[in-house]
Amino acid sequence: MSKLMNRIASSGKTGGGVSRRGFIIGATSAGATLAFVPSALLASKPAAAIEAKLFEPTVWYAIDLDGQIYVNITKAEMGQHVGTALARIVADELEADWSQVNLKHVDTDPRFGDFVTGGSWSVSTSFDLLSRAGAAGRVALIEAGAKMLGVPEGNCRAKASKVICGSRSVSYAEIVNSGMLERSFTPEDLAKLPLKKPEERSLIGQDTQALDIPAKTSGTAVYGIDASYEGMVYAKPIMPPTRYGSSVKAVDDSGAKGVKGYVQTLVLDDPTNTVPGWALVIADSFHAAQRAQRLIKVDWQAGPTAGVSESDILVRGEELIDSGAGAIVVDDEHVEHAFAAASDELQASYTTSTVLHFQLEPVNAVALQKDGRWELHTGNQWQSLIMPTYAQALDVPVEQIVMRTHMLGGGYGRRLNGDYGVPALLAAKALGKPVKLVLDREDDTQMASPRSPSVQRLKMAFDDAKRVVAMEHVASAGWPTAAMASPLLATALNGEKYDPFSINGADHWYAVGAHRVRAVMNDLANETFRPGWLRSVAPGWTNWASESFMDEAANRIGEDPLAFRLRLLTGEGINAGSAPNAVGGAKRMAGVLERVAEKAGWGSALPEGKGMGIASTFGQERGMPTWTACVAQVAVDKDSGAIKLEKLTVVIDAGTIVHPDGALAQTESAALWGASMALHEGTQFANGQIKDLNLSSYRPLRMSDVPELDIEFIDSQHAAVGLGEPGTTVVGPAIGNAVFAASGARVRHLPITPEAVKSALA
Amino acid sequence: MPIKFKVNGRPVALDVPDDTPLLWAVRDELDMKGTKFGCGIGLCGACTVHVDGVAQRSCITPIASIAGSDITTIEGLAENNDHPLQQAWVATQTPQCGYCQSGQIMQAASLLAYNASPSDGDIESAMNGNLCRCMAYPRIKKAIKMAANQLAVNAAQGEVKRV
Repeated sequence: MSKLMNRIASSGKTGGGVSRRGFIIGATSAGATLAFVPSALLASKPAAAIEAKLFEPTVWYAIDLDGQIYVNITKAEMGQHVGTALARIVADELEADWSQVNLKHVDTDPRFGDFVTGGSWSVSTSFDLLSRAGAAGRVALIEAGAKMLGVPEGNCRAKASKVICGSRSVSYAEIVNSGMLERSFTPEDLAKLPLKKPEERSLIGQDTQALDIPAKTSGTAVYGIDASYEGMVYAKPIMPPTRYGSSVKAVDDSGAKGVKGYVQTLVLDDPTNTVPGWALVIADSFHAAQRAQRLIKVDWQAGPTAGVSESDILVRGEELIDSGAGAIVVDDEHVEHAFAAASDELQASYTTSTVLHFQLEPVNAVALQKDGRWELHTGNQWQSLIMPTYAQALDVPVEQIVMRTHMLGGGYGRRLNGDYGVPALLAAKALGKPVKLVLDREDDTQMASPRSPSVQRLKMAFDDAKRVVAMEHVASAGWPTAAMASPLLATALNGEKYDPFSINGADHWYAVGAHRVRAVMNDLANETFRPGWLRSVAPGWTNWASESFMDEAANRIGEDPLAFRLRLLTGEGINAGSAPNAVGGAKRMAGVLERVAEKAGWGSALPEGKGMGIASTFGQERGMPTWTACVAQVAVDKDSGAIKLEKLTVVIDAGTIVHPDGALAQTESAALWGASMALHEGTQFANGQIKDLNLSSYRPLRMSDVPELDIEFIDSQHAAVGLGEPGTTVVGPAIGNAVFAASGARVRHLPITPEAVKSALA
Repeated sequence: MPIKFKVNGRPVALDVPDDTPLLWAVRDELDMKGTKFGCGIGLCGACTVHVDGVAQRSCITPIASIAGSDITTIEGLAENNDHPLQQAWVATQTPQCGYCQSGQIMQAASLLAYNASPSDGDIESAMNGNLCRCMAYPRIKKAIKMAANQLAVNAAQGEVKRV
């Protein structure tokens, strides 16, 4: 999986790819710039190259004549304070005065390489490169500063944006103003740059206030929905009866003609098939579009999935699992033999319902053409993925499109899919004027890229000494990567293509003997809707199954669920772990489990009707494991089946923590998402559409539902991994296991309902 | 007939249909974008403003119903964006994506105006209608308590000064 991560996040341009390029740093009349250049350009004068804009600023920063440092951020800001974390990495090595560091969220530009914000990758994939970018600046500044002061550079060090040589010092601003800053670094130089030892760091690991927060308390942060452009009209969709395959037969807008501000109804002709069957109400205000829509009649030829229900999708998943179809992702020898020879076998099936991102800012975009170039103003997580689709929609080269960056009113993976830009661009092109597309909440839900419903089947074999000798995990769901990014499908051991994001988590770190994992795409899901990457993606369902199953297995052989897991976390063979991200392997998973048990008082007596459940995951993927463990404490009313979530104790080993309070906030958020999806959320497909379109029936967790939270990070100097999602993965099974401990009810479907608890007890 | 009211102390007159939601009047007619659109049915709270000092969902408030009223939006809560709640929101690092936070702060301001020292239960009752999709709820609660304490300190100091 880490190969895939590198392919997406790096593509040889971003992330760790420094091999064919070097840095230059040079002062011009505008200030100093540190930038990447192809090796061939390293011979030219840095300042001249910067003036001529020959640099390739994949990751770079600039220091202006006042010493203000501007770090370019290509990652989407959607609540994770990513710019602050990334700038802290640069600033630490640069020895910058943090009060002079500023973020610059940049628009798309091929010079920046790929734009993608997801997978909890940002810090992990940027850490080394940003550290080296900072260190290169520090080295160049010390050299120039020493020269200015006429002392050997060996006598100088950098601190707080100053080069200090004995009792004398010169500020970075003075060095930049001197024009003496001019330095190239070959790829070999970069590899040899002296990076700080962890104990020498002054910003990484220390708390700070996130730079994006003040604007979010004054109403001045600018989100996509706040964008406007002179002369624009508003567009609001009239949604077709199915996500795909519907076509407009007739439009009758005679009733809307009298609505003040109504302009027309535009039926989109979409060559990309992103929004087939869409009609847009065009008006001079959003409210006028809403009023007009109520009076417009559209007659559609509905697509083929108009009758599909949630249970149809789940039944299809079962059929596919039975047929033996799919991609074999883990395939140890002798699995069949181990099951045939087993003394005992445990089997269980688990399912999960459709889940919505329900990002609070409905999707939207302003599209316009200016100076021969197309602009799309919106918030987005994976610009590089969708821009070729925009180019196809407009029938122009992709170089003629730029996405202007805005804050995201929630991402959680929804805006990895930039489908909403397509109708905005098509309308702007058709109308010849700027268009602001806004979806209302119900439109947004109908266009959702939800987490697919899933069906999973697990089995485990035990020998006569009750040792685990084999395990099989088969998971079937709609696959987002097949729907939206098929070139990124991986090839399985049996030659089948598969979506790693839809099976991650099943390839766990337990020693279970002969292990097999099979991933099955639910074709009916992919035909009915556009499956989305929703916060943690597969580990949100694979771990629901695997960690509930571990609990069932422990119960089967009469062992404590913690002791059972620890016994399987041998840290041997393929579970020993490896550099750079997984050093320590399964032993670090055992570490978080032991610590969370200790914190939560695992094993202590609880009153009747209360119970604790434990679960552990490795976050997002084997290539970048975030060792995560949770104990949930619940109270269950056996009569009503009602569950009260009392407390979540979470312990995470994510290696080096760059921004501790940001890490804590992400984990609070992720853990509560886990609780919300376990107990409060979930919808279903009915007649080809999502049933719960708004908050009247879709009910995410609210303030009064928040349990006590106790979150701890293991103090570690290992490589920094991801934190945006892992907390979501572990909470559902911990709650399910706690329900069992409290009541004896084994629940195997998410969300867990009182009815399910009652029926399990019946 | 234009509908007249005040926004953040400034008189305005808008010639829009009577049923235009206050939200869209504020955002698109008056170009004040701090108030947000979330669900459109009054169940998420992102659009919360004050109507004559009381928190109200602007997405379901027809403009005609607030003729003659004083509207306060996040932009007008404090002159320098330094209301004790705004300061507490920064001190506790509450916002994540931030999209709901204008509404959360306006709701909390309305709570504190009527209940200077709310209990946990009071806070939950007042804030349960405000969805935070990033689920920053623990910090929102902490920030409200911090602001309530600050307001109490301010009030005590005011008492001292008056003496």
